Amino acid sequence: MAAGVAAWLPFARAAAIGWMPVANLPMPIAPTNKNKHQDELIILNVSGRRFQTWRNTLDRYPDTLLGSSEKEFFFNEETREYFFDRDPDVFRSILNFYRTGKLHYPRYECISAYDEELAFFGIIPEIISDCCYEEYKDRKRENAERLMDDLEDNKDSKLPNMTFRETMWRAFENPHTSTMALVFYYVTGFFIAISVITNVVETVPCGYMPNQRDIPCGERYTEAFFCMDTACVMIFTVEYLMRLFAAPSRYRFMRSVMSIIDVVAILPYYIGLVMTNNEDVSGAFVTLRVFRVFRIFKFSRHSQGLRILGYTLKSCASELGFLLFSLTMAIIIFATVMFYAEKGSSSSKFTSIPASFWYTIVTMTTLGYGDMVPKTIAGKIFGSICSLSGVLVIALPVPVIVSNFSRIYHQNQRADKRRAQKVQKARLSRMRISKSGSSSAFLHSKRNGLNQSLELTGSLEEDQQLKKTTSLLESQHHHLLHCLEKTTNHEFVDERLYEQGYMQTALQNFPSQSPSLSSEEGITGTCCSRRTKKSMQPLSATHTHSHTHNLQELSALHIQCGERQALNTSRSSLNLMSDESGSLNCKSSGLVTTAIITIPTPPSNNSRASPDAPPPPNPDAPPLPNPGNDVVKISAL
Amino acid sequence: MSAPVKRTQWDEDLTQFRKDYSLSKKVLLNCCLVRRIISWASPNKKDSVEDELELSAVRHRPEALEQLEAQTRFSRKELQILYRGFKNECPSGVVNEDTFKEIYAQFFPQGDASTYAHFLFNAFDTDHNDSVSFEDFVMGLSILLRGTVQEKLNWAFNLYDINKDGYITKEEMFDIIKSIYDMMGKCTYPMLKEETPRQHVEIFFQKMDKNRDGVVTIDEFIDCCQNDENIMRSMQLFENVI
Repeated sequence: MAAGVAAWLPFARAAAIGWMPVANLPMPIAPTNKNKHQDELIILNVSGRRFQTWRNTLDRYPDTLLGSSEKEFFFNEETREYFFDRDPDVFRSILNFYRTGKLHYPRYECISAYDEELAFFGIIPEIISDCCYEEYKDRKRENAERLMDDLEDNKDSKLPNMTFRETMWRAFENPHTSTMALVFYYVTGFFIAISVITNVVETVPCGYMPNQRDIPCGERYTEAFFCMDTACVMIFTVEYLMRLFAAPSRYRFMRSVMSIIDVVAILPYYIGLVMTNNEDVSGAFVTLRVFRVFRIFKFSRHSQGLRILGYTLKSCASELGFLLFSLTMAIIIFATVMFYAEKGSSSSKFTSIPASFWYTIVTMTTLGYGDMVPKTIAGKIFGSICSLSGVLVIALPVPVIVSNFSRIYHQNQRADKRRAQKVQKARLSRMRISKSGSSSAFLHSKRNGLNQSLELTGSLEEDQQLKKTTSLLESQHHHLLHCLEKTTNHEFVDERLYEQGYMQTALQNFPSQSPSLSSEEGITGTCCSRRTKKSMQPLSATHTHSHTHNLQELSALHIQCGERQALNTSRSSLNLMSDESGSLNCKSSGLVTTAIITIPTPPSNNSRASPDAPPPPNPDAPPLPNPGNDVVKISAL
Repeated sequence: MSAPVKRTQWDEDLTQFRKDYSLSKKVLLNCCLVRRIISWASPNKKDSVEDELELSAVRHRPEALEQLEAQTRFSRKELQILYRGFKNECPSGVVNEDTFKEIYAQFFPQGDASTYAHFLFNAFDTDHNDSVSFEDFVMGLSILLRGTVQEKLNWAFNLYDINKDGYITKEEMFDIIKSIYDMMGKCTYPMLKEETPRQHVEIFFQKMDKNRDGVVTIDEFIDCCQNDENIMRSMQLFENVI
């Protein structure tokens, strides 16, 4: 129930008078305000700055520090005020949360200081309203990344007890971890450069043979080049084998791009070794030598920028595809037009449409080699249109690719957005859980037997104990919902149980099967077996007092087993993971106390504290006399 | 001899050109002016955002505290508390039906409280101006919390009588009871069946409609309620709400 409408609860209760003439059952007694003090001002002294507010304002959120009795620890007797030794600037937004129901994140605040204050005052950050939530999440993510970077820097210091293999792998991946790794890094880089230069120089013509023919250096100094090549390939092979040995997952390493480049770079040499002096395949062998140029890609291990470029091209695949597609369209159109325009002219170079492709490409990219030139007037007109449109078509997607590159270079936004969406889902579900706390809180309080004011049995201290556990607001709200139940003569149940009940009413037509049915249900089966048994009894139209007790007790029992997420309104369990709180075993837990009190102990403790609670799978009918006490017993701590 | 002729010819052409040019300029200016005048003259093209701002700027200040104290049965302090809560949720001073429905729905998270809230809104909005001001609010509450049993029953009858004609028909009662059952939502025990509201209406009419004419008048209603102990007791239930 939102804070602001707490003030309208008197109105809602008054409007309930509209149900009274329609109801056929007597209404439950309203909870009385025992300590009916007038609404008073409360002074909060935060590091010298005094804030004043009504006491009721703070009571709106009973599961925070200020709304619960925890603030009594900070009460200063002499000055009759509550003193908190915290930041008064952040406290402003926290107090505004109580007043308006919305938590805002001030932009000038440091994110970790703000988080600390929220944790101190017991407010979960997911409540931050939508206007400030994105900013908060962004700052939090930046902070987390900074922490991660710091952690990684620290992690690079030598961890103890790393195997030789792990050390080697880390040396390969982060060359600056040790001197050996650095040396290795530079040596391989040097040899890659040597290898590439060798490949290039091999083809340079140097020197003349006596038969007046330029031969490339490679054929002149064959042995020297062969030795160089061998040395480089040996180094690369050793490096590849070492990486393969050190890789944590060899299969994955062999599939990675870099290792494929390595293999492609050294393979031609070995193939060349194997098939020398074979005239037929020497042509193919020459082609294989081309692949030696792939050694230059090995530099990408050494250069961050190259890797980012590759990644950009990969991620801009759609834009590149669009560029290619639009260019292809334009080329085909203009080539066709030029072909038919130049068909008439004699000695035209535009012999076919594919032949015109070359002209179109050269013109559109504004290269203009001039080897193919239109001669007719129509050809010239269309040629000029072609060159003008070429500029446009190419100029459009290129800035997109450029901006992509700069974007990826600074921050990978797409992955972050995906992560933020996941967090958004988690946040929404947590907010939903805390918001649905009101409906489950009512069912929860029913289980606790707080609405047992229908019968005035129960000793005084039990009354007091139970009264202490809920705030007045909550008990009044529950009384209102209880009146509605009485008016319509139906009860609120948990959704899960509703679905089970739905299944069981369908099976209700076979009365002989009830005990065996329940055993198939699993954890809640034993509880619900009582329900099937009870529903066998004919529901009299008069709804006797005792029968309502059965129903009520039944509802208390089966809600007890089914109600797992009732803990969510307590502060401690809000910070728990939802699956932790869901791990309660129906059989073992007696009863968990109301979620309103902030219980720092985990819920499993309470199961120990209910030794005298009758175990839920009690096949006997519950004793009817003094059913109020029975309910109390089950709900006692 | 030809030079002066040419010159005058040229002059003529020039003036003609100037005229044409100025004519077109004038036409252009006229068009712009006309357009501006039209846009200024037609006030309907205002932004819808501005419209909404204007609406929300409608403010209502309630009557003075003393007057309200005299008209209702609340003490000064109680009126203060009520007004603070009212103003917190509705800063403009009036509640319209949508806000009313939203507020009421927060108390019944499991079901759909909008129909019943609609009937409640009509019951509170005594002057039928589609908004509940603080005076309406406080008058209604005064009857409900501090009024005599007679007044409360009157109010309830007014709530049930949807078209305010002095008779409760079966259809009206069915609408009311259906809206109450709607507030329970889907997940109830025992499961809500289709005929439950109908049955409830039948029971109600059997109890209330003494002369079996198919409608319940205010006298029948008050008579019957005063004879029913349960209803009498439950009317006193909310005495200490404030």
